[in-house]
Amino acid sequence: MSERIGYKVYVDVDATFTSDGGLLPRSLVWEDGRRYTIDRIRKIERCASRRAGGAGIMYTCLVSGREIHLFYEENMRWFLESKL
Amino acid sequence: MDRVILHSDMNCFYASVEMLYHPELAGRPLAVGGDPEKRHGIVLTANYPAKKKGIKVGMALWQAKQACPDVVFVPPRMDLYLRFSRLARELYSEYTDLQEPFGIDECWLDVTDSVPLFGGGRKIAEEIRRRIKLELGLTVSVGVSWNKIFAKFGSDFRKPDAVTEITRENYRDLVWRAPAADLLYVGRSTRKKLATLGMLTIGDVARSDPELLHSIFGKMGYILWVFANGEDRTPVSPESYVNPIKSIGNGTTSPRDLEDNDDVRTVIYLLSESVASRLRDNHFVGDTVGLWVRDNGLYSFCRQQKIGTPTNISDEIARHSMCLFEEHYPWTVPIRSIGVRMSGLHPDEYCYQLDLFSDVKAREKQFKIDLAVDSLRSRFGHDSVLRGRMYFDRVLSGLDAKAEDHMIHPHSYFESGDRTGTCRIMENLQTYE
Ligand SMILES: [Mg+2]
Repeated sequence: MSERIGYKVYVDVDATFTSDGGLLPRSLVWEDGRRYTIDRIRKIERCASRRAGGAGIMYTCLVSGREIHLFYEENMRWFLESKL
Repeated sequence: MDRVILHSDMNCFYASVEMLYHPELAGRPLAVGGDPEKRHGIVLTANYPAKKKGIKVGMALWQAKQACPDVVFVPPRMDLYLRFSRLARELYSEYTDLQEPFGIDECWLDVTDSVPLFGGGRKIAEEIRRRIKLELGLTVSVGVSWNKIFAKFGSDFRKPDAVTEITRENYRDLVWRAPAADLLYVGRSTRKKLATLGMLTIGDVARSDPELLHSIFGKMGYILWVFANGEDRTPVSPESYVNPIKSIGNGTTSPRDLEDNDDVRTVIYLLSESVASRLRDNHFVGDTVGLWVRDNGLYSFCRQQKIGTPTNISDEIARHSMCLFEEHYPWTVPIRSIGVRMSGLHPDEYCYQLDLFSDVKAREKQFKIDLAVDSLRSRFGHDSVLRGRMYFDRVLSGLDAKAEDHMIHPHSYFESGDRTGTCRIMENLQTYE
């Protein structure tokens, strides 16, 4: 279930813990209830989100051919910046 | 060779973290402080728009509201700030293992040995400034110099989001022209005494006769002279050498005056629970209990006592505080405010000697109860589970004790002793004369 606070949308994420200790998101459930597969992870870096309000590890992901920023926040929740 | 020392200071720290988490408040004046409805609370930090309207740290919330009616107050979230403080230190540690926190939002870094790798103090400072902004969403001001005192001066010189380098070439222009009060450890009374000697700027202090300063301020006089001349040799302590948190405490002004021991016990339990829970959150035990009391007149006192076994158990902290209270308060008049504080903090995995009489099993049980209460409260709110005594007076026990956790005390520059090298410098001077 997603939860929205302003432009910050907390989402359910399926992720893999890799054997070397990495954490890789595989898919997410957006506000519309649909599950979106993450086709590729382009970049993993620490970043703040001024729009959504927060900071964490930012995964630049490719979903259906488009780039999204998925954040793993310090409180161990995942969020997306909403455009609207 | 000169050292290369940075002092990084996160600007309006608590307020900046709150601004990051409240993008809807962008541009509006904001102050972090206790609950304005319940007569207690002061401004802990304000953002720049609020400061511009005259809001200052330490102001009562109602005063702040008077100065700036459209200010937004947010209650402090210490855990969140500690998280950002830790993130910043993680980032600093990529540049050096010589980092020494000064309070929750400031840090000295000795990057002397990293200079060949990263290229120059200013370059490292700029990189840290840029990365903290990008990665944590906060701004820092960084001072760069060959000693800790001038580095700190530099971080105050231009802010927010700036780097100031104090070099052997420019310190007379930048540091010496500044008012004496801008020097670390020149407080109001020192400033006044200096002024009567005609010393208004740091340069005046630097060019004065150290013996004159010594005759007035004692040993501190020499130290001031050394600070002002950029001769301070105090090293930057290695990482994890000291804990950034000296003590965890909680104080409150109650909604009505406290009339007897029972009233006090209720408030002490309330405060102790929140102090203990905060200790557990941050994985500390404390070995010293402190109690602070102000009556409804002007009298206030502070007592502390070392306890046998370090603890983070609510009940133990409350009992020790209550003992301190009963021992030291004669009940001449009712009480307005009380604070409980634990210091002498150690990591909770720290091994300590249990005293002969403590019952290990019973303590473990108490600890588990506390943990269960923590988890209930984090899921269902503070009032979901309360001690029976809290129901005797819901006005008193309705205080939100967590709202005023701000007693994280900054470090003293001399807590590891005087490492300024002043004695040696003074001896050398005398040899030369
Ligand atoms: Mg600061």
